Amino acid sequence: MAVNYGSKRTVVGAHYGMRDWLSQRVTGVLMALFTIILLAQVIFSKGPIGYDKWAGIFASQWMKVLTFTVIASLLYHVWVGMRDVWMDYVQPVAIRLVLQIFTIVWLVGCAGWAIQVLWRV
Amino acid sequence: MTELATPRPPRREFRNINALTDLPSYRLPPAGLVSILHRISGVLMFLLMPFIIWMFDASVSSEISFAKFKAVFNSGFSFVPGFLVKLVALALIWAYLHHFCAGLRHLWMDVSHSAVNKEFGKTSALAVLAISILLTVVLGLKLFGAY
Repeated sequence: MAVNYGSKRTVVGAHYGMRDWLSQRVTGVLMALFTIILLAQVIFSKGPIGYDKWAGIFASQWMKVLTFTVIASLLYHVWVGMRDVWMDYVQPVAIRLVLQIFTIVWLVGCAGWAIQVLWRV
Repeated sequence: MTELATPRPPRREFRNINALTDLPSYRLPPAGLVSILHRISGVLMFLLMPFIIWMFDASVSSEISFAKFKAVFNSGFSFVPGFLVKLVALALIWAYLHHFCAGLRHLWMDVSHSAVNKEFGKTSALAVLAISILLTVVLGLKLFGAY
């Protein structure tokens, strides 16, 4: 394998950051589609929306799988976005590391909670 | 080296901008405004994520939690009044709509080379601002019970 560390480390050039850029687009599209699917189910349901109709949307297995995928997508999308924000505005490495760790803990915690709620329906 | 007869005027100094003294005087074009609001709305949703998941939790878990969810919006909880909860929810609605529209604008510019120019940048930015604010007003009126 070609050496790509030390003095041979690639710091600029093709594909640098491409993966994160592309995954943010793909996860964004997925979440946008989910928004439209969820809104369609709310808008095209007949009568006022009470607990039964609202919880019923998340009861079917395909909607659970879709929502789970969206939660996972959200996790990665927000990680890339927040990491960009910290990289742009926080220069001291120690503070940036602490904020990145906080971001990971915050996001993984939120994702876990959301997934737990999803399978409670 | 001989001294100059007339001293040179002091050179202009360019330093890093100061967020508090320089940024408020910057006049951003619409595309710049959409860009910074994309960031602000994203960070806002990141910070309020526990509130979003609490809403999801309370609204789908059971009939009782659903009733509590409605009560929090109508009459508040502990010392927080209901209208403040609605106001935070409205801020989230705006953040989501803006992030959604600005994201679509990004995707459009990624796939269409003809969309990457100054004119489209300006008109699409104004469209993003207009659509997100208009929908926020419509949903806000619904949230506060105007119709």
